[in-house]
Amino acid sequence: MMSSSPNHFDLEQSIAQWRQFVLRRSAILNDDADELESHLRDQIDALLTQGLHADEAFLIATKRIGNIEAVSQQFAEVHTGRLWRNLVLSQPHSNWLNDVLVALCFAIAAALLFQIPRLFGFNPEQHEWVYARNISLFCLPLLAGYWVVQRQLGTRAWWLILGTVALFAVTMNAYPWQPISDTGDLAVLHLPIILWFLVGIMYTGNWWQTDARRMDFIRFSGEYAIYFVLIAIGGAVLTAMTIGLFSFIGFDIEIFAQQWLIPSGAMGAVVIVGWLVEAKKGTVENMAPVLARIFTPLFTLLLVSFLAVLLISGRAFDMQREVLIGLDAMLIIVLGLVLYAVSSREPTQAPSLFDTLQLLLVLAALCVDVVALSAMSDRIFAMGITPNRLAALGENLILLVSLSGYVWYYWGLIRANHAGFAKLERWQTRMVPVYVVWAAVVVLLLPILFSFA
Amino acid sequence: MNLSKDLMAASSTPLVLGVIAEGETYGYEIVKRVEELSGGELQWTDGMLYPLLHRLEKQGFLISRWHVGDSNRKRKYYAITEEGRKTLCEQQQQWQIINQALNKIWRDMQRSDNNDVQFA
Repeated sequence: MMSSSPNHFDLEQSIAQWRQFVLRRSAILNDDADELESHLRDQIDALLTQGLHADEAFLIATKRIGNIEAVSQQFAEVHTGRLWRNLVLSQPHSNWLNDVLVALCFAIAAALLFQIPRLFGFNPEQHEWVYARNISLFCLPLLAGYWVVQRQLGTRAWWLILGTVALFAVTMNAYPWQPISDTGDLAVLHLPIILWFLVGIMYTGNWWQTDARRMDFIRFSGEYAIYFVLIAIGGAVLTAMTIGLFSFIGFDIEIFAQQWLIPSGAMGAVVIVGWLVEAKKGTVENMAPVLARIFTPLFTLLLVSFLAVLLISGRAFDMQREVLIGLDAMLIIVLGLVLYAVSSREPTQAPSLFDTLQLLLVLAALCVDVVALSAMSDRIFAMGITPNRLAALGENLILLVSLSGYVWYYWGLIRANHAGFAKLERWQTRMVPVYVVWAAVVVLLLPILFSFA
Repeated sequence: MNLSKDLMAASSTPLVLGVIAEGETYGYEIVKRVEELSGGELQWTDGMLYPLLHRLEKQGFLISRWHVGDSNRKRKYYAITEEGRKTLCEQQQQWQIINQALNKIWRDMQRSDNNDVQFA
């Protein structure tokens, strides 16, 4: 009974091939392949001792591991972040052209939408305020619509978009704003937050139901911001070149560029960038986590030194309006930084120095927030309440709650090892609707409260 | 016997946690142990165990470490955490409730079957 048949079975080579095959899935990392391989080898050993041939043992063992595609899908569900970092998209991208066409349609629709007020005799030159108040309504609902099509969410989603747009279109255009209106400016600033959340609901594809998809949306938002800036720079160069070239041959197209090319291009870009971020998410290392890592220490340094100077000079309590606005803007940037840093973290990783740094950043931000809050309440007591002060007060209070939560859960993460990360994630995604609700209050109620001043 | 998919999914968490609660162990051993416990009736698709283990680890119920065991093979060992024990305990209570309820039903059904026979 000699087993050296002509087509001799090489067990090691077969296992190596199988491993290659497993690793082709983007949701399965080297470590996971190691784990599966050791399982396979254990199984093969057991079968060999039962007297099976190597090729039979290999066949049965691989069969028992099961369908790798299904296993990798399960892995992808557990570690949703991984698909963002890997080199190959696991699905053959046959509907690529289709995606592009859909994105283009929505981009063109957004571009046209911006020009529609012209039909009613408005133009960006003389009616700046009409455009300022509606600008986010021209583009973001269409980005949301793009996701409705992509995720096949159906009519319910369309009604939700339509309802939201109708509500805010009426608010922005029918409220009797006063000529110089702080509440109007605040509404313009806060409306995009609400609409971006609408995009998020559609982007998740499951109505904002699971933490994993919510985290995906936060990753998406980070990449989106960076890509949008890059494309805006590219667009600016292109426009400048176009104007320049035409002026050489005696055509002045500056007005055309300002009124048609730039605004409509920007509206279309809102949709195109959305498509781009999703299409490339599996192909390149993402930018946002890298930037978050670079800027976390720098922002920590900035906040800590700012706090130190503030305390030493004793100027903490008579901060002026501009300083407070600056502080709030910075706190929002810090919050964004923390959001991305959390969303790009490998969940099962043990706490590292970076997490401690992150905790330090959040702590510093929390202190700055407390200082800002005390200064703000001083101003409110001394000079009464205004729309701006109320909006800032609410925002700082929400930041206080949110940042305290981050401190608490980061502390838990660092102390209790990686078990704490899920809680941190949950806190992060649970807070997002709170920001949105506050933005809705500012847009819808504040103007009424202050009689549109 | 082929168990329904839903039942498999629902029972896999307490089974895995329970096996690991017996002592630190690795994937292949868990599969073998579950087979042994069920008298060979419960046969998982082995690969599907690992995403589940990772999920439980992510939820903080398990911790893992790489370790080269006696057979000179690098394996990922899982141990249960305090939180994992708590969850296991909760699951145990829930399954006992279901178990008791089902047992009563089976008993009642048997009794009425016997009665039917008598009346006939």
